[in-house]
Amino acid sequence: MYALLSSIPYWGETLLRLLGGAVAVLLPAGTIVYLFLFKMMSFMQSRLGPMEAGPYGSMQLFAEVGKWLQKEDLLPERADSFVFKIAPLIVLASTFLLVAVVPFGPDAWFTNFEAGVFYALAVSSVSVLGILMAGWSSANKYSLLGGLRAAGQLIAYELPMILAVVGVVIQAGSMNLQNIVVAQNAGSIFGWDGLGNPYLLTQFVGFLIFMIAVQAELTQTPFDMPIAESELVSGYMTEYSGFRFLMFFIGEFATAGVFAFIASVLFLGGWGVPFSWFGWTGINDVDNWMNIGGPLIMLTKMLGLVFIIMWVRFSYPRFREDQLQRFAWKVLIPVSLVNIMATSVLKVAF
Amino acid sequence: MVAQNIAFGIIAAIMVVGALRVVTVNNVVHAALWLVLVLAGAAAQYILLTAEFVAVTQVLVYIGAVMVLFLFGTMLTRAQLGKEKLLNNPTWYLGIPASLLLLGVMIMALTSSFGDEKLPTDSELVSTQAISDQIFGPYLLPFWALSFVLLVAVIGAIVLARKD
Repeated sequence: MYALLSSIPYWGETLLRLLGGAVAVLLPAGTIVYLFLFKMMSFMQSRLGPMEAGPYGSMQLFAEVGKWLQKEDLLPERADSFVFKIAPLIVLASTFLLVAVVPFGPDAWFTNFEAGVFYALAVSSVSVLGILMAGWSSANKYSLLGGLRAAGQLIAYELPMILAVVGVVIQAGSMNLQNIVVAQNAGSIFGWDGLGNPYLLTQFVGFLIFMIAVQAELTQTPFDMPIAESELVSGYMTEYSGFRFLMFFIGEFATAGVFAFIASVLFLGGWGVPFSWFGWTGINDVDNWMNIGGPLIMLTKMLGLVFIIMWVRFSYPRFREDQLQRFAWKVLIPVSLVNIMATSVLKVAF
Repeated sequence: MVAQNIAFGIIAAIMVVGALRVVTVNNVVHAALWLVLVLAGAAAQYILLTAEFVAVTQVLVYIGAVMVLFLFGTMLTRAQLGKEKLLNNPTWYLGIPASLLLLGVMIMALTSSFGDEKLPTDSELVSTQAISDQIFGPYLLPFWALSFVLLVAVIGAIVLARKD
């Protein structure tokens, strides 16, 4: 397989990577929408969900996309047309940039960035810009309020997210996501290497903070003040229709998938299986079949994590704005700072 | 190397156009968005110089935090849609000598300290570890001083904002 890959010219490789990136963004988004938004939510509300299009409504997604594509692309009369049109593109572009650093196998990565985690956190903050642009340019008070709420919330929860990741970076001794995967799978718990050393065990507090922050960054329900359909119609998305609304929609669920990918890399061991199972000692011993198996393992872990995100989303009522801000600044940030201190003390001690 | 020079030229041209638009457009939010383009261009230039950590920091700090706060602040207070009269200061031409002076000082500083020295064409990737070794080694004191300045600014903001 490696011989086959190395005979592809540079432009072909780039093309393949772009194609792979599109698949890695759109496939999780589609799976999440069908599995969780259509079916799991219906189950939790004692109804069937879509059943007509295809077996068990599995073709419903294509019908939905077709419906959105044929709708008119509305533009409010007083809106700032260029900013209004480009805003959903920026939100979606941030998702595509985010998936670029996620490793899916020993050789199956888009880019093996040295400062991978740092890059992911930086790029994910770009979507706030798109949301603010959408809220302002719509010439609608609901949109503007939604955009401002979104910005305030995303800034507040970006900090605990970064601080939660610092614990993992200290323990792995690297910011490269590939190295973090290897450090977890080649590691051992007090000399026992049957499970590797997934950071879920040692960084449980970090994992909890990271998942709460992800929930807030995705504006999923306990943290959905920016969209708050009972107060703000649909927040910053109020004026969008047709294809541009579809872009926001894909962006929301694709980002959920990509954040779950990153969380599984940071805390659940990523694409790897514990290396001791097959007698591997480092990344160079890993067999080639992991390039096929790795993405499947990642997909499974991603679905597990998104299941938790959606479960919380469908179960809890909305936070009030002041509760939401107080929770980020007075609970999550101090706890994550203590977590960093404890991690670095233990890192030096062991 | 040729490709890098071409990329530098294109990005630099975009940055110059963006920077000019920041000071000429008649809308606060548009000006801020042009500034985002300039800052993103700077991040791209850092990547061309294989300084990826600096580039990522540029994106995280300037685009993800500073510009979002700029936009947040203006939208909360006075961001009108459409053109706004009197946004551009009528004495704008006084800025020209100031910016020329700044340009001269920077050219002086760069040529006197580097002269004919050029960046190595096949420079290795600067690792994050190397940067942190520098910050927490020889540059520890300036780093602490900067942190102290930021701390003072934060405390000052809290004192100003408190109502008691």
